[in-house]
Amino acid sequence: MMTLRTLIGRNTRLFFKDKGMFFTALITPMILLVLYATFLGNVFRDAFLSGLPEDIILPEKLVGGFVGGQLISSILAVSCVTVAFCSNLLVVQDKANGTIHDLTVSPVSPTTLALSYYISTFVTTLLICLAAALLCFIYVGFIGWYLSAADVLLLLLDVVLMSLFGTAFSSAVNFFLSSQGQMSAVGSIVSSCYGFICGAYMPISQFSEGLQRVIMFLPGTYGTSLFRNHALGGVFREMEALHLPAECIDGVKRSIDASIFFFEREVSLGTMYLVITGVTLLLIGIYIALHTRRYKKTSK
Amino acid sequence: MIKIEHLSKSFGEVRAVDDLSFAVREGEFFAFLGVNGAGKSTTINILCGQLKKDGGTVQICGHDLDAAESAVKSLIGVVFQKSHLDRALTVRENLRSRAALYGIFGEEFEARLKKLASLLDFERLLKRTVGKLSGGERRRIDIARALLHRPRLLILDEPTTGLDPQTRRLLWNVIDGLRKKEGMTVLLTTHYMEEAADADRVLVIDGGRAVASGTPHDLKSTYSCDYITLYGIEEEVVASLGIPYNAVNGGFRLSIESTKAATDLILAHSALFADYEIVKGKMDDVFLAVTGKRLSGGEEK
Repeated sequence: MMTLRTLIGRNTRLFFKDKGMFFTALITPMILLVLYATFLGNVFRDAFLSGLPEDIILPEKLVGGFVGGQLISSILAVSCVTVAFCSNLLVVQDKANGTIHDLTVSPVSPTTLALSYYISTFVTTLLICLAAALLCFIYVGFIGWYLSAADVLLLLLDVVLMSLFGTAFSSAVNFFLSSQGQMSAVGSIVSSCYGFICGAYMPISQFSEGLQRVIMFLPGTYGTSLFRNHALGGVFREMEALHLPAECIDGVKRSIDASIFFFEREVSLGTMYLVITGVTLLLIGIYIALHTRRYKKTSK
Repeated sequence: MIKIEHLSKSFGEVRAVDDLSFAVREGEFFAFLGVNGAGKSTTINILCGQLKKDGGTVQICGHDLDAAESAVKSLIGVVFQKSHLDRALTVRENLRSRAALYGIFGEEFEARLKKLASLLDFERLLKRTVGKLSGGERRRIDIARALLHRPRLLILDEPTTGLDPQTRRLLWNVIDGLRKKEGMTVLLTTHYMEEAADADRVLVIDGGRAVASGTPHDLKSTYSCDYITLYGIEEEVVASLGIPYNAVNGGFRLSIESTKAATDLILAHSALFADYEIVKGKMDDVFLAVTGKRLSGGEEK
């Protein structure tokens, strides 16, 4: 246990000492927040208002709360995965500069080594995503705060859960990389694609039916939906308090993937948690198995 | 200490190690001599569990490498050709994280660090980041890292390449001291002849195969000749001896097949040998004789 703790300390220290790695990871959610607020805020607002019946007029603060909730849920859903990819570079760097030989020449178990990379990446990803969450809360505070304490806690839980998932996903992918060039390429691909396939940039309901079916098999979809539900929970409660028709609220929920369906069957929040947790554990298992296989087979 | 039998390893079509067998005794200073690409580092990487072997057996301290890799790893310390320490961390942080790999923590680590820092003279470097150290300073930390867990076998893979003579001397003094004091076995790969000449036994490797082995004295006796340099004598007199010679600075150097033949020659022509020196052949001659190649900084010539 002490060995694992010391290795986690080493990995985390190396991450924060490498200013490039740290700032690259930190800047991702900041850029997303600025881009979303600047360019997508009005798009979200117009889409929301155009979907409401003409006779319903909502308070400006509620509209702001809706747009803000949608923005921060998208940002956090994307950040937890893309930041994990930016943070999870040490495992590749250790391979590229040969440090892995200095570690594996010792009797340390491959599982301990794999877990040390995983946990340190999770810690750094979580710290950055929590900082991003704080910025998001400040932003929502300005444009329309409807979050309860429970919503905030559940959103933070989502950040933890999705950081665990993002770290596991990036660990399993980065295991196969061995150079800085490969890392940059994979980082770019993930940053540009993940937001689309998890439904953060565009609601899944706007994709073609075939694509929607494929996306329903991807775990990130459920992560985004968890964020949507918790970031917009207060807004939906306020809509109910204003006696908006239930069909209207359901329609809004569907249009932004707060309610999602797996082959016509609505997926509950509990199921979403189970999917994310299960896939995370599976990815961690695969990652540790890969590590063990590679570093055990050397002398056989 | 080490017993290797019929070891083989190929990379595609290239046979890096080809049916290599040798043994190293406890407490011995054993040198592996060969040009770059001869198979030295491949063999070392197999011994350290960094490379998969294709065939053969490796036993270290009585443990089979295949069956007890973890036990073997806790008995060996390795100094790699290139430093693999974390350049962004301080010397202390580096050594602390590496000591943890062997279960050395807290006071035990501090005590070991203090001893090694004093032994290798790097107390003043403990707070410096490794990336800011000179090549010689970094090498000392590499050796400290390899010695953290008091290994019974120290493997040095071309440890002094690129170091200044003063640092090389310091490192060898420390390693010699450790060998004598703690009975540590040292396996060295090198392309420096003078380092190999100080070993208890030398294995010359070429094309992945062992081509000669023995003590430096035995190798020189078997594969090279003695040299007598005669001074203050005319060339015609030297030529009359009927022995191959060449002119050197201020005299003539005769090549004699053995020390006994040199002694016989001196006794037979004692009047000519008023000012002379006799030396045995060097490891360079041995290397040339057994491989047909000359070594210069590791490059084949």
